[in-house]
Amino acid sequence: MTPAEAISVLEAKFQVVKKIEFRDEITLEVTRDAFPELAAFCKTELGFDYLIDISSVDNFGEEPRFEMVYELYSPGRGQHLRLKYPVSEDDATAPTLSSVWATANWHEREVYDMMGIKFTGHPDLRRILMWEGYPYYPLRKDFPLAGKPSDVPEVAFTKAAPLAGGPFVTTPSCATTKDREPRSRGEIL
Amino acid sequence: MPEILPVAYDSKIEGNVIFTQVDAAINWMRKNSLWPMPMGLACCAIEMMASACARFDLSRFGAEVMRFSPRQSDVMIVAGTVTYKMALAVKRIWDQMPEPKWCIAMGACASSGGMYRSYAVLQGIDQLLPVDVYISGCPPRPEALIEGLMKLQQKITTEHSLADQKRELFAPSTH
Repeated sequence: MTPAEAISVLEAKFQVVKKIEFRDEITLEVTRDAFPELAAFCKTELGFDYLIDISSVDNFGEEPRFEMVYELYSPGRGQHLRLKYPVSEDDATAPTLSSVWATANWHEREVYDMMGIKFTGHPDLRRILMWEGYPYYPLRKDFPLAGKPSDVPEVAFTKAAPLAGGPFVTTPSCATTKDREPRSRGEIL
Repeated sequence: MPEILPVAYDSKIEGNVIFTQVDAAINWMRKNSLWPMPMGLACCAIEMMASACARFDLSRFGAEVMRFSPRQSDVMIVAGTVTYKMALAVKRIWDQMPEPKWCIAMGACASSGGMYRSYAVLQGIDQLLPVDVYISGCPPRPEALIEGLMKLQQKITTEHSLADQKRELFAPSTH
């Protein structure tokens, strides 16, 4: 089955909002409601039985704000397929795929941890990188790189990191390395 | 059979009597048997392992007893990036170490957060522990760790160990 044939099968059976082809990469934009069935169909019928990755995009300032991205692969034919669907901020939920691919379990936990999209039907939706009780979702665009202060007693605390200055930052100039060093500013290290 | 002579001279005793101060003797013992608590959290730990191996041989300085047992440790070598998730665990292990204890912040991350100016990384372990020696480098070479260890040994020789202990024992409790 060529990629084009697989996609025409998909288009006949499901609602495909948009088809994007770029440098031999095929991306299908689909709807959230039809997605679990479509993904399972890709696995069982079309041979895309390897879920490489699940990721999410924050288009901050646009509506719908989030976008879920799934990378599928067919090891037998060496074909890739990317599936996307939008998720709005007001209803930041997505259907889980953990019953289709076991690997989706942890990938979805990562998306939940970093982006704050909740997966309906997920068997174990806990944070995977940050700790339980951390109040923010760090990969959202409105979260500063430096972080925000937080405190979960006995578990972990955070402080905002200094992003400029400090004893290890050199002065930008075209002088020699010696002159750019902090000690040339009279700061004793 | 050769005749066995009675022992009239013991070379093991003569010349081995040393006069010194108690402080100096205690410090000498402490500095030459620093048992590290290896807190290896990132790539610095690889250099720390290299320091302990044959080429650099940390045991030349009495610091080869790397066991993951805080109760038997003297110096915590924080080697690597301390994330906020790990930070309180490091503090907890530090609290389990008996006095006297010292801390080496090995590498840029443990000293200052290093290149990780981010929401997830503690910006220097000195925000939680009293650090005695900072070692620069990313990661520092084993020579640098050995240099740091020798700096710590120098620091230990200047301590008033007995006086401090007396002060601690007999001082009126502040609590």
